[in-house]
Amino acid sequence: MSPIIARDLTKTFGAFKAVDRLNLEVRQGEIFGFLGANGAGKTTALRMLTGLLTPSAGAAEVAGIDVFRHPNRVKQRIGYMSQKFSLYEDLTVRENIRLYGGIYGLKPAVIRSKTERILQELELTDHQHTLARALPLGWKQKLAFSTAMLHDPAIVFLDEPTSGVDPLTRRQFWELIYAAAARGVTLMVTTHYMEEAEYCMRVSIMAEGRIVALDTPGRLKARFNAQTMDETFRKIAEWGLRSGDMGD
Amino acid sequence: MFFFIRKEFLHILRDRRTLMILFGMPVAQVLLFGFVLNNEIKDAPIAVFDPAGDETSVALTNKLAASGYFHIETRLRDAGAIEPEFRKGHIKMALVFPPDFGRALAHEGRATVQLIGDAGDPNTASALINYAQAIIADYQMAYNQRTGAPVGLTAGTRMQYNPEQKAVFNFVPGVMTMILMLIAAMMTSITLAREKELGTMEVLLVSPLRPIQILLGKTIPYLFLSMINAVVVVLLGIFVFGMPMRGSVALLTAECFLYMFVSLALGIFISTRAKDQMTAMFFSALGLLMPTMLLSGFIFPRESMPWVLQKIGMAIPATWFNPIIKGIMIKGVGLEVLATQTIVLGGMAVFLLALSLKNFKDRLQ
Amino acid sequence: MPVLFFLIQKEFLQIFRNRIMLPLLLIMPVFQTVLLSFAANYEIKNLAIAVTDHDRSATSRALIRKFTASGYFRLAALPPDAKTAEAELASDRADLLLEIPPQMERDFVREKHAAIRITANAINAVKGGMAIGYAGNIVRDFNQELLADPASAAPAAIEVAYTNWYNPRLDYKTFMVPGILGLIVSMIICFLTALNIVREREIGTMEQMNVTPVRKWTFILGKLIPFWLLSLVMMAIGLTVGRLLFDIPMEGSLGLVFLYTLFFTPCMLGLGFLISNFSDTQQQGMFTAWFFLVICILMSGLFTPLESMPDWAQWMNLLNPIRYFVEFMRLVLLKGAVFEDIQQNFFSVLAYAVSVNALAVATYQKRVS
Repeated sequence: MSPIIARDLTKTFGAFKAVDRLNLEVRQGEIFGFLGANGAGKTTALRMLTGLLTPSAGAAEVAGIDVFRHPNRVKQRIGYMSQKFSLYEDLTVRENIRLYGGIYGLKPAVIRSKTERILQELELTDHQHTLARALPLGWKQKLAFSTAMLHDPAIVFLDEPTSGVDPLTRRQFWELIYAAAARGVTLMVTTHYMEEAEYCMRVSIMAEGRIVALDTPGRLKARFNAQTMDETFRKIAEWGLRSGDMGD
Repeated sequence: MFFFIRKEFLHILRDRRTLMILFGMPVAQVLLFGFVLNNEIKDAPIAVFDPAGDETSVALTNKLAASGYFHIETRLRDAGAIEPEFRKGHIKMALVFPPDFGRALAHEGRATVQLIGDAGDPNTASALINYAQAIIADYQMAYNQRTGAPVGLTAGTRMQYNPEQKAVFNFVPGVMTMILMLIAAMMTSITLAREKELGTMEVLLVSPLRPIQILLGKTIPYLFLSMINAVVVVLLGIFVFGMPMRGSVALLTAECFLYMFVSLALGIFISTRAKDQMTAMFFSALGLLMPTMLLSGFIFPRESMPWVLQKIGMAIPATWFNPIIKGIMIKGVGLEVLATQTIVLGGMAVFLLALSLKNFKDRLQ
Repeated sequence: MPVLFFLIQKEFLQIFRNRIMLPLLLIMPVFQTVLLSFAANYEIKNLAIAVTDHDRSATSRALIRKFTASGYFRLAALPPDAKTAEAELASDRADLLLEIPPQMERDFVREKHAAIRITANAINAVKGGMAIGYAGNIVRDFNQELLADPASAAPAAIEVAYTNWYNPRLDYKTFMVPGILGLIVSMIICFLTALNIVREREIGTMEQMNVTPVRKWTFILGKLIPFWLLSLVMMAIGLTVGRLLFDIPMEGSLGLVFLYTLFFTPCMLGLGFLISNFSDTQQQGMFTAWFFLVICILMSGLFTPLESMPDWAQWMNLLNPIRYFVEFMRLVLLKGAVFEDIQQNFFSVLAYAVSVNALAVATYQKRVS
């Protein structure tokens, strides 16, 4: 059973259709790139999949649970890293981890051991009592990811996790994502950096609320005779393709 | 620079919410406070304990009730009932007659009536006792006239400037002053702070415009809008609250202009010191609001304040503008009386502007 | 619920690290109470009087002396005629004018009747009324002394003995401080609650919270409970300052005060919460909160009596939580009211707390979905 399934997912705000009959199925252990320009509807779609937003029509199943009927059950199984990194700026590294551990119902002993592990892995032991706002962006990003993974969710959603970060740090971050996928975690990542699409196993491209392409990066580049995903995306945009013309 | 000012105008007019605050709030507040802030004493609930209930005591009680200041809330059966009435907050004063009041007055020429005030609210208590004393004294004089005793020295009294003793005369100028300043200062400080936060300020600074032009350019639209505000508020004062307009309209306009300028200068000053919008708002709201409300003489008379607070109050523009409004509108006086206040306001404006300009320039370095 | 515990722990950590919030919570109550209490004084004393004495007799001088000796008035000027006197009034150099007509002493001795004229600046009507009241008393006393001639029949006199209960020294602070305390605590709690919630929304951590299994109830309680507890702390600090600095009476039961605060704070919490639901940014939140609070403060009965407000305003005041708190503090601290005396106030407050919080929760649900 696919961890993430969207069926004709739709969201309208008044007269504006932000997401138009989205159909999607992410496989287990997959790193799925959810691409599109700003305003294409990626964030709206993501928010519906995470139970933050109720759809106008359609359905979604995450970890086998109907997201709209039982949003709370879903939340226990998923991890989320928001665009703004979702750490509390005025709490220390340690306090942030402890907070999220507590929220997900982990026992104090478990929280402690996991905290030590994360501090070691991220080399933050010397900075465990530093306020989150004082951390360099790259470390904040990694910490946010680790916190999202704290309760060992099987599915993780990442919304623009690398915005504002330099390319080197971005690569390091993707190593973390790979490591998680190797452990069997399913990751869905939205981004508007087309180079990052290369790192994903499969990608979908959204435009005007619809998926206009969905395939592996390699096959998409071949189809559009492009060297990079960036070129692919531009070509798609130029030709104004509609959903159903290409891809799954 | 004209284009700059026009851009500012368009910017403001497009921001609906800000417009609402800029114009709606002052109107709402002036209306509300003008009607609500009232320390007139009228129909104050009192209790009467009159065991004998003779002709004299009844006549005196009725006279008090007829004055409009008092309203007989309860007539008590025993003196012990007075305390609970106070405790429950039902009455503000108690009128206690001895059992032989009328007789004592007629035969012995003197009788005592007791007034018990609720000095939990000392102001009202003093006022009520004061009024009651005056009414009783009137009664005494009438009583004596009937018995043919000499009258002696009397005093004719006159309430100058406000014969109907309307509370609005005291509060509305203060409300006007406070609100005008707050809006002007707050708006300016936020605008400038926002500009800084967004980074557009740097763009301006790099342009050929001189710092003084930037400052003026940003604030002139607000000056204009604030003047409109001022006019609206003054008109409200006149037509809704019945404030007179005995002085010169030209002078009032000029003084309002000056005051608005000072308020804007204050806003500019705050914004040059504040790091971001939040701080700017914080300081203008709490840093200006509280002192203006408390120390400017708007509600509490300045003469009664400790010396230190009176001195601090002098640094607040509102303190100087209050007498100007009252002077022009209610007393009908002109510059010969208001010269000091006007000069002080002018000085404040220049001072604040110069200081802000200096701060501004320092930032550039 | 351990999750709630973690949330509350986080809130306290944040509050104590917040450079703006902490001073606001602890220092502001003290500062404002002190400032307000010293400034808030309607006492009318030290009135300036300008006297135009056309008579210049022993009697007129005695009268003037009586005025200046009374302690209420000080002699500011001796203008020679009515016009100059008017100018004194117009320039606020005098609050009261006393005009003694020519031949006053002679008229009094011969016809046993003379009249002087008193003019007061009545822009501040109560002040003017009081000034005239004091002046009238002085004149009457003076008159009694003049007429007290053992030879002729003395006129009948009604003596007025007055006492002031609860505040015999007529100390204004006694009246203001309890109310101010209620006001400051209310104001700060409402303000901070609104800002605190909006801030999480503005910086994005609220969204993060929404994705976690934390229930909305739990999240909101986690935001409100710390301030609920802090309100009691603030009240304690305020009462201590009030006692030490102003020696305010504490006639009633302090236990009742804290109990009431416990039940009253949810009103302000709910109000703050409600405001936060309509604000996207902290700036908006501040503006809205400020707008409502200023209205509530000025209408609370702290500065001007409730009874003097027009009827429609008194109706509006039923929705003003601060009005209830101020009334409560005065009744209990100054007059030693017991529960029975304030029960109507108490139940109104309970009803208010429940309604405003229900409304806040309803608007919160709407917003989030």
